[in-house]
Amino acid sequence: MNVNETRHPKLWTVFFSILSLLWIYPLVLVLINSFKKKIYISANPFSFPSGSASNPKDTAAGLQNYATGIQRTDFFNSFLWSVVITVGAVALILICCSMCAWWIVRVNNWAARLLYTLFLFNMIVPFQMVMFTLSNITDELGLANPWGLWIIYLGFGAGLAVFIFTGTVKGIPVSLEESAMIDGASVPQIFFQIVVPIMKPSIVSVGILETMWIWNDYLLPYLTLDLNKYKTIPIAVQYLRGGYGSIDMGAMMGCLVLAIIPIVLFYVVCQKYIVKGVLAGAVKG
Amino acid sequence: MTNTVGKAIRKWGWLFALPTFAAFCIGFIVPFIFGIYLSFMDFTTVTDGTPVGLENYKEALSDPEFWRALGMTVMFTIVTTIIINVIGFAIAYMLTKAIKGSTFFRSVFFMPNLIGGIILGYVWQLLLNGVLSKWGASLTFSEKYGFWGLVILVSWQQIGYMMIIYIAGLQAVPSDIIEAAQVDGATGSQRLFQVILPMMMPTITVCTFLTVTNGFKLYDQNLALTNGAPSNRSELVALNIFRTFYGRVGYEGVGQAKAVVFFLIVAAVALIQNKLTTSKEVEA
Repeated sequence: MNVNETRHPKLWTVFFSILSLLWIYPLVLVLINSFKKKIYISANPFSFPSGSASNPKDTAAGLQNYATGIQRTDFFNSFLWSVVITVGAVALILICCSMCAWWIVRVNNWAARLLYTLFLFNMIVPFQMVMFTLSNITDELGLANPWGLWIIYLGFGAGLAVFIFTGTVKGIPVSLEESAMIDGASVPQIFFQIVVPIMKPSIVSVGILETMWIWNDYLLPYLTLDLNKYKTIPIAVQYLRGGYGSIDMGAMMGCLVLAIIPIVLFYVVCQKYIVKGVLAGAVKG
Repeated sequence: MTNTVGKAIRKWGWLFALPTFAAFCIGFIVPFIFGIYLSFMDFTTVTDGTPVGLENYKEALSDPEFWRALGMTVMFTIVTTIIINVIGFAIAYMLTKAIKGSTFFRSVFFMPNLIGGIILGYVWQLLLNGVLSKWGASLTFSEKYGFWGLVILVSWQQIGYMMIIYIAGLQAVPSDIIEAAQVDGATGSQRLFQVILPMMMPTITVCTFLTVTNGFKLYDQNLALTNGAPSNRSELVALNIFRTFYGRVGYEGVGQAKAVVFFLIVAAVALIQNKLTTSKEVEA
């Protein structure tokens, strides 16, 4: 669409500037409150921190909230496990599902078509349907650790990845692969040297989509992981409420800020790919 | 389709398809089949079940809290689907025009989507409780506050996501059609409602599909914002199912029956919604 005329373009810029400020206000409010003593957070969240942290009558808390938050949630370990789980699971999903999608499209017999239908079906099943049995099975199989979760995420998340990848493979002319085969290339060579480079953009998109899902996922790791040993960031944040009776709002604010900072950095660096990922996921099932 | 590549690859199924298929069995197929099986059993773990026929379903469907959570979920889904799609489309429509800073505005509106539901729940708890305290109330005073708080949170989060998809859809509408309408003397609003919107139906199908399924499945934000308070009155159906499973020992079967009912509803809604909006799509 290329009809660009607007009445009062400057007024719209002002309007959207104000709207943008309102949009980020909730996050800024958390940042402001993270520097206040905990008793002043619930009492008056809209005031700024003032005075010095050492004077008990002043509202400023310095970095105290961050220290308590990190200590109570073991935040850096949770961060580390979030990274291990997300990176490993996304890598496994990308490798296995792109291979599987290629196999499904090129083989295209009854088994391949049945498998494809099952993957489509997977996309409309809510997690609650399998959560109890899945957490039992992961325990039985000894998969209640970050490495086991890679397999669980590959299994439960395969639907969307295979669906997007099959769409991509269908657009690749088979003649390329045929001529490589005549030249004596083996099947794995054909896939990794010819097909994967062509699939690269959609591999990046699926990688972004799966990262957004797995990094923020709460219920699946909460039910399957051995929580005495491993926590992810969402689980650690939720523990601040669950484990200690009433919420320590100071520690909570500190942890929220620490959880949001890496996401904002990731967004600034990868914005272009994130938009492509969102659009790749916006396809009809 | 039989081709030489297909025949050669078939022999490599153990490498290309088997790893995904094996994980798919562990992570989805086996738990799914066991889930349906266990919904007809009385059990506390997967292996100690005794068959009880339809007893779990009877109990699930006679639980007034399940119906209340289901009703609230339906209301929530309708309200958020309308708000998110109308505002998301309106913002996308304006931002595809020549407005200074529109790339920056897009980035800001999209950002909440990257942050997890649990974290967003606590962010909004702070803000909404702060606002409500001016009237001496809080989110947990009444389920109305919890419900509308959740509507505000989820709208704020997802408007930017749908906006991105609507912008791509708007940019794909061929400009000659709009220009032709303009030459024929169509006003701005006529062009929007009679030319652009019909052309946008595929995008609208996708966005409403995403918002409807997101609404039905919502869990994290609900848990973090109110956790159902006061006394489970602000809980949506996903939270109700979780509480039935893990809240009391001996109700696992009822929880599983609720989960099957929930699955059937989500699948039916997804299929019907897809049919309805797809039928309104037009070709250029």
